[in-house]
Formats: sequence, C-alpha cells, structure tokens
Amino acid sequence: MNGERIGLPGAEAARRTPGLAARLHLDLPLLLGLLAVAAIGLVVLYSASGERLEVVWRQLLRLGIGFGVMVAVAQVPPEALRRWAPWLYAAGILLLVAVLAVGATGKGAQRWLDLGVVRFQPSELMKLALPMVVAWHLAEAPLPPAARRVLAAFAAILVPVALIARQPDLGTALVVGAAGFFALFLAGLRWRWLAGLALAAAAGAPALWHVMHDYQRARVLTFLNPERDPLGTGYHIIQSKIAIGSGGLFGKGWLHGTQAHLEFLPERATDFIFAVLGEELGLTGTLALLALYLFLVLRGLHIAARAQDTFGRLVAGAISLAFLVYVVVNTGMVTGLLPVVGLPLPLVSYGGTSLVTVMAGFGILMSVHTHRKLLSPS
Amino acid sequence: MRRLHLKDHRAEQRLFARRAALAAALAVLAIGTVAARLVQLQVLEHQRYSTLSRENRVRLVPLPPPRGLIFDRNGTPVAENRPAYRLEVVPEEVPDLDAMLERLGRVVTLRPIDVERFRALAARKPRFEAIPLRLRLSEAEAARFAVHRHEFPGVDIAVRPARHYPAGPLLAHVLGYVARIDADDLESLDPVEYRGTSHVGKLGIERAYEPLLHGRVGMQQVEVNAQGRPLRVLERARPRPGRNLWLTIDLRLQRAAQEALGEASGAVVALDPRTGEVLALVSAPSYDPNLFVNGIDPAAYRALAHDPDRPLFNRALRGRYPPGSTIKPFMALAGLEAGVIAPGTTRYCPGWFVLPNDERRYRDWKRAGHGVTDMYKAIAESCDVYFYDLAVRLGIDRIHGFLARFGFGAGTGLDVVEEARGLLPSREWKRRARGQPWFPGETVITGIGQGYLLATPMELAAATATLAARGVRVRPHLARAAADPGGPPEPLRFAPEPPVRLAEPRHWEAVVRAMVRTVHGRDGTARGIADAPYRIAGKTGTAQVFGLAEDEEYDPETLAERLRDHALFIAFAPADDPRIAVAVVVENGGSGGAVAAPVARRVMDAWLLRGGGAARGTAP
Repeated sequence: MNGERIGLPGAEAARRTPGLAARLHLDLPLLLGLLAVAAIGLVVLYSASGERLEVVWRQLLRLGIGFGVMVAVAQVPPEALRRWAPWLYAAGILLLVAVLAVGATGKGAQRWLDLGVVRFQPSELMKLALPMVVAWHLAEAPLPPAARRVLAAFAAILVPVALIARQPDLGTALVVGAAGFFALFLAGLRWRWLAGLALAAAAGAPALWHVMHDYQRARVLTFLNPERDPLGTGYHIIQSKIAIGSGGLFGKGWLHGTQAHLEFLPERATDFIFAVLGEELGLTGTLALLALYLFLVLRGLHIAARAQDTFGRLVAGAISLAFLVYVVVNTGMVTGLLPVVGLPLPLVSYGGTSLVTVMAGFGILMSVHTHRKLLSPS
Repeated sequence: MRRLHLKDHRAEQRLFARRAALAAALAVLAIGTVAARLVQLQVLEHQRYSTLSRENRVRLVPLPPPRGLIFDRNGTPVAENRPAYRLEVVPEEVPDLDAMLERLGRVVTLRPIDVERFRALAARKPRFEAIPLRLRLSEAEAARFAVHRHEFPGVDIAVRPARHYPAGPLLAHVLGYVARIDADDLESLDPVEYRGTSHVGKLGIERAYEPLLHGRVGMQQVEVNAQGRPLRVLERARPRPGRNLWLTIDLRLQRAAQEALGEASGAVVALDPRTGEVLALVSAPSYDPNLFVNGIDPAAYRALAHDPDRPLFNRALRGRYPPGSTIKPFMALAGLEAGVIAPGTTRYCPGWFVLPNDERRYRDWKRAGHGVTDMYKAIAESCDVYFYDLAVRLGIDRIHGFLARFGFGAGTGLDVVEEARGLLPSREWKRRARGQPWFPGETVITGIGQGYLLATPMELAAATATLAARGVRVRPHLARAAADPGGPPEPLRFAPEPPVRLAEPRHWEAVVRAMVRTVHGRDGTARGIADAPYRIAGKTGTAQVFGLAEDEEYDPETLAERLRDHALFIAFAPADDPRIAVAVVVENGGSGGAVAAPVARRVMDAWLLRGGGAARGTAP
C-alpha cells in the first residue's frame, strides 16, 4: 500500500501535534477528549459521593495510574503489539482456566471476594487480548476473511467468552465477545455470515435462558417488565429515571440533586453515576458527556481508518467500538433502555479496575496512530 | 510479512473504510438513541418526573426477615428470637446530647463502647433516624428507664427480636452464634439481601446454614417529605422469613454426654452409623454463645480467649489428637486385608519390640509382655508389640492407603465449615512437610497410633461408624431437615462417601469380635463397662502428650496434669446391629479404659436404653 500515502499522514500528524504530545506518542485530540471526560467525572463524583473529597482524591489517583498506563502502552510500537497478541491471549486463557479451577476448589462462596479480586484480572486482560488476537489472525491473510479463518476467529472468541460466562460474569463476557466480534466485522465479515449469526443468536436465546443463573433471569424479566419487581431491581430503574427526568434541561444544579442526596438513588457513585449527572446538570450535561464519548469513538475509528496495516486498523477499530459498547450499555441501563448489567460508565464511575483496561486500550490507539513507518516494505 | 504481497491492499483498505464508516454510523445511531431517550425523559416527560421527585418522594425501607429457628431432633428449640428491649435515640429530638448521655448513664449502664458505637453511627445517619444505644436492656433497666422516661426526650425503648440460645454453653460448639455484621462480613454478603439485617451467623450451624436461616429481605416504599422524614407507607413486600432448621442432635443425649465428661476437658461425638446423623457433639469446656450475640465486652472476651482450658476451642471438630491404641482395629483390618495376618496369626510379645539392625527398644505398655498373642487378644488387651510388628510388615505406604479409605486425615465433610482435618502421614507428606525421608521407626509407632498420626474426635467417630456399619460410609451431618415457617419439614440430603469394601467381608466380623472382647472379655481393657444390657464393641486408647525417653517410667503422680496422657475410647453398640457409634477423648485423663470408656457407656445408655434410634428416619 503505503508508498505514496505514508509520508502524508505522518507529516500531518507531526504538524498538528507538535511538541510534547508527539514526542510521547500521544494523540492530542484523543488526549484532550479523555481529560475532558475525566474532569466531568470528577466533578460529578464529588457530588455523587456526598461531597467527600477523599473519594475524589482516590479516583484522581486511579485516573493518574490509568493515564500513566496509557502513556506507557503508547510507547510500544504496533508491530510489537501484533507479535505479543497470541501470547497475551494464551496467557489470558490460562489465567481464566486457573481462576475457574481455583473457584471450583475454593469451597463455597464464603471467599467470594478473595476470588473476586483474582477473578477480575484475566477477564480484563481479555478485553484487549481478544481483539488483538483476532486482528493478528485475520491480518495474516487477505481480507475479507475466508470461511476457515472466520471459524477459527469465532473459536478464539467463544473460548474466553464461555470461560468468563462460567465465572459467572455475563456482562463482561458480553463486552469481551463484542470486542472480538468487532474486529471480525471490520475485517469485512460477509453479510451472509452476519445474517447466519443473527439467526443463531435468535435460536440460541432460549438455550442461554436455560443456562442463566436465577438472578440473571430476574434481571431480564425485570427489564421486560419493571412493574414485576418495583421494590428490587425495578426500583433502581424507576429512581434513576426520576433523577434524570427531574433534571430537565439545565438540571437542579451541582450538589443540589435531591434524588441523589436523599439517597433514593442506589449505586450513585458507581454504576448509576450518569443519573446524578442528569439530575444535577440536566440535558445539557448528559448531552455534553455523550458528545464527548461520541467524539472519542469517532476519533478512534478515524485513527483506525488511517492506520498503516491491517492489524493496526482492526485493533484500533475494535477497541473504539468496544468503548462505544461500554458507554451505551451503561447509559442505556441507567435510562431504562437496557436491562441492568453491572457495567461502570468508563472514566466516570468510581472504581479503578476497568479504568486501567480502558486507558490501556486508548494507549493502543495512540500507539497505532503515532508509530508510523516511513519506509514501506514494498 | 512476505504473504502481505498476496493481498490487494487497496481493496482491503476500501473494504475497511466502508466498514469503519458503517461502524461510525452505528456509533452515531447508538449514542443518538440514548440522546433521544434523554430528551424524552428530561424534556418531554420532565414535568412528570419533576413532580415525582418534588412531591412523591418515595424511599425504600428494608424489612429484615425474621431469622429461622433451630430445633433439636425432637423439636426442642435451641435457637430462638426473643424480644429484646433496645434503647434508641433520635438525635434531633435531644436538646443536648452530651448532657443527656451523662444523665442517662445514671439510669442504665452505658459502657464506653456503647457510647462510642452510638456516636459512630450517629455521625453517619440522618438526625431524625432512631439509633440504637443499647441493644439489650435487662428487665430491671427497662423498668427503671420507663420511670424516668419523661426526663429523656428523644430516647425510647424499642422491642426488637434478638437471637437467644436457651441451651447456652451446652450447644455452643454445635450452633456457633450470630453476631453483629462487621466490615469483613460486608464484603461477602449480598448488600441487597442484608439491608436492614444486623446480625449474621459467625460460626457453627448459624454460619454454615446462614443462607437458609436468613430468608429474603422485604421492602416497603415509604413516602417521605423533603427532609426525608417518613410520611406514609405506599407499598410493601413482606420479607420471606428464614427457614426453620432441625438438628440431628438429641438435646437429652447431648446433656448426658456433657454430664458424663464432668469437669474434664475433652470431646464426645456420637453418630448414628446408619445415617451419619450426629446425635451428640460435645466439646468441653464450653462458653455461653449468648455473650457474643450483642457484642461481648472486651474484658469478658479476653478472659475466654486466655483461659488455659481454652473454652472457645472446638475440640470435637478442631482438636487433633494422636488416636493411640484406638487405631488398632483399623490396623488389624489393614493387616487382614493385605494378607499379612490372619485372625489366628500369633506373635510372641516379650514386652518390647526391636527393628532388625537397630538397638532401640519399643516397649509395650505391659512391661512383662502379653506372651503368645493372636489378633483377638492383641486388640482386646491392646498389645503394642503385636501392632509394632504388624505395622512394620505392612509398611507405611499400605498403612496410609488403607487408613485413607476410612477418611483419616481428610476430615469428614461435616456440614459446618470449621471442621479441621487430622493428619495421616505418608512418605510423600514427610518429604513435603519436613524435608526428610520416612524412617522405619516411625512406621513402628504409627502401628499404635502415635508419632505423626493425628485425628479429630469427629474423624474418629466417623471411622468408628464405618466399622460399625461394616464398611458403609455415611456423611456425618448436624442438620436433618428444614422448613418454611408453617410448612412441612423437608429432609436435607447428604451424599454418602464411597464404602470401604474388603476382599474378605468376614474380616469385619473378626475385628468386631475382637472389639467386643475388649469390653466383654475377661482381660479386655474396657471390661469395667461390660455390665451393659447390650453388647458393646469398643477400643481403648491412651495418647501420649509428651514423649518419654526409652528408660523413663510414666508416672502420673509426678507429672503435671497438663502433661498427663489423653484417654480415648471408641465404641459402637449394639455390636450386631449398631445404632450408635461414639468417640470420646478426655484430655489428660490418663487411661482410656478407666476414664474414657465410662463416658462412652453413659452416652450409649442414654441413647439405647431410651430406645433411641429404634425407629429409623422418623420425621421431625
């Protein structure tokens, strides 16, 4: 490819992001977008936490770690990422299996949290390793991928998804699977495959229902009919909708959300923090944050389209779309569009575990964008 | 990289660009959908939600479920919920909190820790909410406060159910107790289910059956005013009470076992060998679990924790004792099964044993020796030399393999979590744990249940039950049925363990015969309890607490009590149709036959002479 096209975007990038950002392999628009989202998040968190400054400090520390990880990952050239992909994936699978084995022998749910801490790591790694390995695999051959490659990619997706679903962590299994699927989709998976997949999903839903845990079924039923459980999960949704709806155009004002401050709103610093934003800053606040998220996703897709090789393109694209899924699943849940799945709002919800993964993902995007080969192999 | 040449890069790039554009459109669509929803909620339906938020402030108040009751096998309540007088304070109604606490301290007892807890809670809760100051007032205190009540605005007595264990120390090591939820519990408990619940099972049955006993939380929607003060109840979902639980324990038998032990420290475990039901489980000394329910005060806790008799220690489940000679019936079976001995095989016992090429003398408890000894005599009179010889012929590997089939060293899988495992040594274990090879001398003393071999009283009882049932292994359990309040009891099921099958089933009867002779034979070591109206199969044991040098004489008179031998006894009865299997350990009791066997006899009398276990599987 590249002969005539390489120099141009490289020079362009260098012109647009002069100085420190370029030397640190950072993409300035992406960086500014992330900082803006993080800043909004801290402001809302201060209110959502009941004006506890120490909570904000802890979150700031986590964000600092997250940005540090992003900068570090951005230094790694995409070629190295490509070579690591299968190893990261293999390590992730091994860890997932190990965690299941430990979980099985660690008698009973009493030690749930001890396992919980360990459990988290492999599935987080998989959020990045899976799109990487699918991209690595598909980049080996011409696109669109042949049937055998598609089947192999599906296998690579299904194994970790099944392992994570067994933990059981259906929400994470879903987003991990989505990340892998997006790489396939961007690689030009043929429409007849997509149609077949949709059919299989429709046919598989009853089977999925069969293997789901009771509390997972309860969530789905409550989503379909919130009246069913007005005192349990349904209550979360009702209160969240009241908070957002009562915010109106401009909100009740920062620190003045009655829903949030009178403790009507559950999980208001973590999964339901978007409702606090909606109540206190209104439609203005929610749309502004959504716009920023959309900008991050589109910038990611732009970076993907500009990438020099197939691997870079697929990885960058898949990671951007996975990020979109986090945002839509969380905001959809809080506004009552989607069932309650315990996924945080990226960069805004209180908590640090998935934050690092998200930031490492943006590090990969920046790496893809800023390490450009001036010499082409052809 | 070479293969890249095969690709049509331009086509690929175009393909990707198309897909990326599609994805971008999808992103806009998805975010747009959420945005449209926000417009719907925040603009179109704003009025409605605004009204809901302003006027109809609905708060969710949890209704904790009443905890399930626990009964013994005959339906006697052993854990119940009694109304307790609780002193509560609503801070906003108290003019001067410090002065009030000061004056209140003269009417009811207020320990510094009560005030400390109260202040910590008050700092976190709304000022209009009632905060407990004392969880359980005595009747006298409640009466005294009632007289002075008008002097304390904002302070009142509330009646709340509190857990009470009527049997007190008698069942502490079985039931465990509930106590206030602490930070550690919060990490493992479902935050929704435990909203409003103040106590959680910490130990024993209360902990193991926590999910069953707890029930499901109820909720009520309460309308509150702008300050959050409750105005009226809008909707109510009743809590589902915890399920009631029936134990396998027979309270009367439990008491008989406790009384049989007397003042001694030790443990008694009695099982029904046909079902695995634990009929009695005593660990002495014990403690009053009621002390823990509402927070034991630190001084009382220190006294318990530092008591040299260790009342908090569950000897029956966690005490690991050398089984001593009680291991001999199992060793004999191992020898018979391996073909190393036959029941009639004799050895000469001169009172000591030596390994070839070794000068160390392993002595028999009977200095003069037992003379010519067959297996029956070796068990009945507890000849050590016979079993030294047998152990050496078997070797540690075969001993380990055979004893493992009875569950030694593995725990019994009892339905409470705190059960410990004994220790069944092997070559591999020793290399791992001690970094040393196995020495032949260690095999010798393993033959009489000394050395590394350790078993809990629970393991000993379970292994004895397996002997009694001629190889059928049941899983010991403490709970037998559960029921919703008012509902029919449903029996709980426990998967049995794989049975011990012998190549020659008649060997069971040979060993049982030897154990009967231990009790009913003229020279049996437990002949002191032979006058029972039923036939007992038993085995005495004496476990050394500390080692004696080769020539040292064991003299109980000169030894401090804590260094005296532990007395052990295992038994089952009736020998031909066993309905009860018992293991007894009396710490520092001395001789198994003289001290532990009478304890077991009283337990078996209390069960069999009352017709216990005659009818099988009666519903509670």
